[in-house]
Amino acid sequence: MKRANPLSIEDLSVAYQKKPVLRDITFEAPEGKLIGIVGPNGAGKSTLIKAALGLIPRLSGSVAIYGKPYSEQRKLVGYVPQRESVDWDFPTNALDVVMMGRYGHLGWFRRPGTAEKKRAMECLEKVGMADFAGRQISQLSGGQQQRIFLARALAQDANLYFMDEPFVGVDAATEKAIVTLLNELKTQGKTVLVVHHDLATVKEYFDWVMLLNERLISFGPAETTFTADNLQRAYGGKLTMLDHGDRSAILVSGRG
Amino acid sequence: MAGEWLALFRDPNAQWILFGCMLLGLGSGVIGSFAYLRKQSLMGDALAHAALPGVCIAFMLSGSKSILLFLIGAAAAGVVATFGIGFITRHTRIKQDAALAIVLSVFFGIGIVLLTRIQHSGAGNQSGLDKFLFGQAASMVRSDVILMAVISAVLIAVCALLFKEFKLLSFDPGFARGLGYPVAFLEQLIMLLIVIAVVVGIQAVGVVLMAALLITPAVSARYWTEKLGVMVVLSGVIGALSGLVGTYVSASGNNLPTGPLTVLASTVLFVVSVVFAPRRGLLSKVLLRAAARNELRREKEFLLAERRERREEAV
Repeated sequence: MKRANPLSIEDLSVAYQKKPVLRDITFEAPEGKLIGIVGPNGAGKSTLIKAALGLIPRLSGSVAIYGKPYSEQRKLVGYVPQRESVDWDFPTNALDVVMMGRYGHLGWFRRPGTAEKKRAMECLEKVGMADFAGRQISQLSGGQQQRIFLARALAQDANLYFMDEPFVGVDAATEKAIVTLLNELKTQGKTVLVVHHDLATVKEYFDWVMLLNERLISFGPAETTFTADNLQRAYGGKLTMLDHGDRSAILVSGRG
Repeated sequence: MAGEWLALFRDPNAQWILFGCMLLGLGSGVIGSFAYLRKQSLMGDALAHAALPGVCIAFMLSGSKSILLFLIGAAAAGVVATFGIGFITRHTRIKQDAALAIVLSVFFGIGIVLLTRIQHSGAGNQSGLDKFLFGQAASMVRSDVILMAVISAVLIAVCALLFKEFKLLSFDPGFARGLGYPVAFLEQLIMLLIVIAVVVGIQAVGVVLMAALLITPAVSARYWTEKLGVMVVLSGVIGALSGLVGTYVSASGNNLPTGPLTVLASTVLFVVSVVFAPRRGLLSKVLLRAAARNELRREKEFLLAERRERREEAV
């Protein structure tokens, strides 16, 4: 029997107040791929992730994780929210935040113990943050905070990951650490959906691409999907292409 | 000194008041930590003010002064108030701070109207409901304190059992929802615990000052630690200590009210925390800056001296 796809979304629509942000999104994410979600500001990239995770209500549509509703498959899903979504001046340290990734497996009332601590340390090591385990989280740089969130998602031991703009405002070292980690997840056969804003690195980082602007513009392997034509359709008139021989530079008016 | 101190509390009545105030500080300090970290400091104030009409209606309907009925009344009013705040922020362009201010003052206004009505009716004078504005710890008796102890114990037990859940909810509610936590239920539970703390505190410090006992110990505790567990315990201890000091000063015979003194005591502890806490405190920051400046100056002097030496050698 063929295993169901990690994520299948059918006919998803989401609205804030009355204004629709996403319309009729339907797609199936294949297993073991790094999928970049790209589109202009306000295209609904983060909204798509949040709606898939049930963090915001959807107007219509259904979401299935490995063929079943999300509520039955929570332990298979890992989530990296935007770094700015929390107040980092919280009385806790890096290790403790990473251990929160185990809470879903722990169940009610049970406190994290040595097994959870050990797993959290392994995850911190994977993102190169083992030396900062005891550091108060507001004392970390933006890139380090992002890596803590990644480590927390790793601690979830999931098969399908959602990452909301992990590359925003991070230093080069962190960017490299994230890319290495993404590839490691891929070799383990895990599926990762990443909201991404930097068009210049899309082809380098991801093997599949989703172009989004309220509707699903295009979805498929990067070589065939990430084309000038599709980009033009996703970004409308806001995009200027400059062809320099084999490499094409892309300019987006305003922040991408 | 110690004998004198003990003598003040030898009177069983004074002992009950002391226990009551300390339990109140303990319970509200613990739950207040979560309210503060969830950036709901003002919510405590709104719930405290909203409790007044709830308590008044409970008294008017039952005609008796029972803490359990008051609790139900205050909880109902609290639910209506939070619903009102939610309704206003969702359906109008008004932001949460303005919505809180509106709801707080409307409920308090209704509460004062009802309170006046109760006092003008026959039963009002015995009710002692007028004490609910600023509280009157001296009116606490043994049964009140026993009930307060039970409620505080429940409150602390819930916070201890759900510590992990409350922690994640306070730090990252989005992630908690992703894990499948019933976030809306847990949020309502925290609200309910705040309402319970408020109702317990009404008799001792009154609705107007209750918010201070919820938030001030938590803010003070945050200055001393970077660990949530320590902060929650410390906040409870600071609250209890405030109750102790407040009762002591009040019992020393100067006839000042216990509740407001308890709030003032917690404020003194807050000021001490702001100034003297290690790392986060003002004093430690000033010292740190001074040390850094000294070091920089020493480095510069050293370099200057070195350069001078080299120049002399060259000559």
